[in-house]
Amino acid sequence: MRRFTLIAIPYLWLFALFVVPFLIVVRISFSYYELSIPPYGPQLDLSTGWDGVKAFFAELNWDNYAFLTGDDLYWKAYLSSLKIALIATFLTLLVGFPIAYAMAKAAEEWRPMLMMLIILPFWTSFLIRVYAWIGILGTEGYLNQLMLGIGLIDAPLTILNTNVAVYIGIVYTYLPFMVLPIYAALEKMDDSLLEAAEDLGCTRTQAFWLVTAPLAKSGIIAGCFLVFIPSLGEFVIPSLLGGSDTLMIGKVLWEEFFSNRDWPVASTVAVILLLILIIPIILFQRNEQKQRETDG
Amino acid sequence: MRRFSWFNATSLTVGFVFLYLPMIILVIYSFNESRLVTVWAGFSTKWYAELMQNTAFLDAAWVTVKVGFWSSTLATILGTMAAYVMVRGGRFFGRTLFSGMVYAPLVMPEVITGLSLLLFFIAIDLDRGVLTIVLAHTTFSMCYVSVVVSSRLVSFDKSLEEAALDLGCTPFDAFRSVTLPIIAPSVIAGWLLAFTLSLDDLVIASFASGPSSTTLPIKIFSAVRLGVTPEINALSTIMIGIVTVGVITASLVMKRNVARQKADELRAAQG
Repeated sequence: MRRFTLIAIPYLWLFALFVVPFLIVVRISFSYYELSIPPYGPQLDLSTGWDGVKAFFAELNWDNYAFLTGDDLYWKAYLSSLKIALIATFLTLLVGFPIAYAMAKAAEEWRPMLMMLIILPFWTSFLIRVYAWIGILGTEGYLNQLMLGIGLIDAPLTILNTNVAVYIGIVYTYLPFMVLPIYAALEKMDDSLLEAAEDLGCTRTQAFWLVTAPLAKSGIIAGCFLVFIPSLGEFVIPSLLGGSDTLMIGKVLWEEFFSNRDWPVASTVAVILLLILIIPIILFQRNEQKQRETDG
Repeated sequence: MRRFSWFNATSLTVGFVFLYLPMIILVIYSFNESRLVTVWAGFSTKWYAELMQNTAFLDAAWVTVKVGFWSSTLATILGTMAAYVMVRGGRFFGRTLFSGMVYAPLVMPEVITGLSLLLFFIAIDLDRGVLTIVLAHTTFSMCYVSVVVSSRLVSFDKSLEEAALDLGCTPFDAFRSVTLPIIAPSVIAGWLLAFTLSLDDLVIASFASGPSSTTLPIKIFSAVRLGVTPEINALSTIMIGIVTVGVITASLVMKRNVARQKADELRAAQG
């Protein structure tokens, strides 16, 4: 009986507050906009009991999906989110790999300290870390002042409110997610493998591509997914650092909901975003599974 | 050690400068006399004094701490239960759905979690306020807690629990006197993680909050949309300071506990 309670409590909690809300989103994505409170129809009428629930789920309306596929604003927003997330993931890999590599090569007594330094920013408020870049990247920001001061540029560059600022923001905030899995993969590497490769006539570069890169592969894949998946639906970074032409789907959903108050369309945007995310999520799970099997 | 070349040293230096410099600048400029945030005009702590007078921020901070405390406590209890069920629960009906529900919120975009919870609260006619934010935060942070706790549960020796059961403990006693002390560091780490996630969350809180329950991130977000202000710099510095002290203390305490536990286990093995 105790075992039953132990299972039932977290089970029911997650079911009621995760699965049920999500089913409601799916249902409302098939509703129509209506000037009422709440602003959609048909509405759930719990007073008639089970019949009310059945009636609520019976009447499906595909108009929002037709609207989203027909309107190129949404297409562009999805594509541009994918593009921004892909480029940002690649940039994070470029910045993160050398850090992870150097950490794995550092003396053993230094490693816990270096790990701590990588994780510490993760505990600091995400919002504040993004905010810090507003002051740096602005037209009169520290970066422009510095570059003007040393004579690198003649006129201030516009970086804030462009996609470049969004890339910097994503690389900065998601860097630990890239560094840690790569570091975990490289740390296990046996240095004698590299020595063996060099003894057998490899150059250092060849040894890197033949020995280090394959060993780091699972860490790189994990890191890329850990950066790509959350940045696809990112809201805070594009709305604080991006410009009016930065089109990201998280921002579109937010505005559809809070500014246009069109809840059915916002729900449809959410459902399609999730459908897009399912593919990378499944690939990520597979990579993790494979990794566990080779480790175990 | 063999290959710790200048290249590696440069990568680490550049990497850590990139990670820390923006926050260091923020901290330095919070002590700037001038309202113009990019021009240094001498040392001053006046923005901290001004912040202390700003009741809107103080109220929001109080709401945030309250939400953080309750949601992380609930999340720790539920998340530890979920971890125990996943690692030690054996087979039960709907196990796949259960682990799916534990992992899915981790990869769900915040905007979708927020939207779905808001539509749910409206559908069941629950007024939005502190309670709804606590419910929302508990739901996603319990999943993080269960990941942290289950990684510890997987790695520890199950025979210790079995020994307690053989010696006549009830399963609950065995959990309380054997399992819980061993997983305690990860439970504490889970609580801290849940607390930080709750303090940090803007998107889900924006959906789940009502007009009377603004949290600090919501307040900060609406202020920074208009640009950089010295008050926000001061507020950020305070938050960075708290986190730094907290994380360093927690890791020192944990290091000591792990060392003690290892020594105990070693002694037990020898004796």
